[in-house]
Amino acid sequence: MLLDQDRIFTNLYGYQHWGLAAARKRGDWDGTKAIMDKGQDWIVEEVKKSGLRGRGGAGFPTGLKWSFMPKQSDGRPSYLVVNADEGEPGTCKDRDMLRHDPHKLVEGCLLAGYAMRAVAAYIYIRGEFHNEADILEAAIAEAYEAGLIGKNACGSGYDFDVFVHRGAGAYICGEEMALIESLEGKKGQPRLKPPFPANQGVWGCPTTVNNVESIAVAPTILRRGASWFAGFGRPNNTGTKVFCISGHVNKPCNVEEAMSIPMRELIDKHAGGVRGGWDNLLAVIPGGASVPVIPKSICDSVLMDFDALREVKSGLGTAAVMVMDKSTDIVKAIARLSKFYMHESCGQCTPCREGTGWMWRVMERLVKGRAEVSEIDMLLDVTYQVEGHTICALGDAAAWPIQGLIRHFRPELERRILDYRRAKAA
Amino acid sequence: MTDAWQPPAAPAQFAFSAENEARARTIIARYPQGRQHSAVMPLLDLAQRQQGWLPPAAIEHVARFLEMPRIRVQEVASFYTMYRLRPVGRHLVQVCTTTPCWLRDSDAVVAACKNKLGVEFGGTTADGKFTLLEVECLGACVNAPMLQIDDDYYEDLTPEATERILDAFARGEKPAPGPQGGRRSSEPTGGPTTLAQFTKDG
Ligand code: FES
Repeated sequence: MLLDQDRIFTNLYGYQHWGLAAARKRGDWDGTKAIMDKGQDWIVEEVKKSGLRGRGGAGFPTGLKWSFMPKQSDGRPSYLVVNADEGEPGTCKDRDMLRHDPHKLVEGCLLAGYAMRAVAAYIYIRGEFHNEADILEAAIAEAYEAGLIGKNACGSGYDFDVFVHRGAGAYICGEEMALIESLEGKKGQPRLKPPFPANQGVWGCPTTVNNVESIAVAPTILRRGASWFAGFGRPNNTGTKVFCISGHVNKPCNVEEAMSIPMRELIDKHAGGVRGGWDNLLAVIPGGASVPVIPKSICDSVLMDFDALREVKSGLGTAAVMVMDKSTDIVKAIARLSKFYMHESCGQCTPCREGTGWMWRVMERLVKGRAEVSEIDMLLDVTYQVEGHTICALGDAAAWPIQGLIRHFRPELERRILDYRRAKAA
Repeated sequence: MTDAWQPPAAPAQFAFSAENEARARTIIARYPQGRQHSAVMPLLDLAQRQQGWLPPAAIEHVARFLEMPRIRVQEVASFYTMYRLRPVGRHLVQVCTTTPCWLRDSDAVVAACKNKLGVEFGGTTADGKFTLLEVECLGACVNAPMLQIDDDYYEDLTPEATERILDAFARGEKPAPGPQGGRRSSEPTGGPTTLAQFTKDG
């Protein structure tokens, strides 16, 4: 089990003050200049060695991503953009970091931005997080005031700005290209890649977009060393991770744990167990709305990490664990997610715009059983036509929950169809 | 609340107040020279906070302010869900019904809101105090079910707590936001299972 001394987000729950004085006591901004003195390449290497993988869902190695940024400017400035547009259903970890531990993020912006030779960081925070953005802005003001960012940040000789950009309600802006468009003052519609943001991101300049958690853990990794961070979890799945446990547990909560913790241990130890006991578990969506649901039989032994969840055809995603007990109408639970994706599709790509609505309508009929058995396969087929055929991953995200449902709960779908038919005949 | 609400007419003119104009300039300065279009979202938010919603005159004003084609500003205003292109009541009550909230019985919270306010989703109370909306995940799922009133989140709701909060707003009060069931934030109810030295109260 992870010891408190190895937890990064020591103020996750906000028992202490978020401000600079308290943050310093918790170890933030300690020796930041000395870390910068080790050089940009050292920072990137150290983050690579730590094994940190992006905490926003895709799990791309963070250090590697940073290394794609130009080392020599061609005249264009480089930017770090932090994705704080937290909106993947089930996920609410960034919110706690923003409101309770904002200095970890601000310090992370400086170190990551410096390592990538960026001139500034823009933190794109979802507009609904109004109070969280106020706190973040106040933390940034404190850091400027103390000379930690801005001109000659931390006395390093490096100039670096940090700005907050507030969104206005659009899940799609969590997608990095949509987020960049939105930051430029446009509709949040994803762009085709290439060009990749490291070549042409915001305002046509080299840009890296990272999740809040990926940036906020960086200072601690650099202070305590790559091998410390890499010592948690399994190879290729290292570090600590903030999990969000929602749904049918006795005590829903956020908690930082070691990566690769068994799902059952995570739920039992921190969330007070499944409502009605472990045997009352029906299924879990282990990584935010877009990853496929897995039934209890898999949950019994699965580990919470990228590779283990992928092996069972699901994913770690944002590590948002949605627990559903046996009282759950599983078809309705997934149908509600289908409605979510229909609502959030930006409408740019036809398979997604048309497909999400079509899939939702079929899902709604399946909730009641008002369908033909053959439509289950037709629905599955449509999910494959949407998946991989859109500019961004929203199409995939809409397809996967339904694929998971059909993979594990086909008998339930068929039962409803037969029941409906029988009731109608009677 | 049987009479229908009479929404205010769209004003013919709109301009930022002196205070908001100063704010707008500070916001624009966050972006690189010549990239002032990036400020369109925060400026629309400023205008909306000043007016209560975004009438055409406000969109026009933001467009002029940023030297941006009006249609581009309109496009942004209609793309994002937080911009109100029609008048709303004094308080915006937004109930999350996405799966994690639904699993924790957001249906009961929705029923409590509809019952208390006497309106359906999209409706405004006859006295113009409340507009009720259904929204997607607000990023507070371990504190489900929840709703947002204006800028604040009310979490760990029961139907009773929901009614109590709405009653308080109706009386012109602002009840304390956050979890309503006694916990501080996202820690497990009854106290954290971690961070012993960091979670002493006080
Ligand atoms: S589902 Fe309601 S806050 Fe996330």
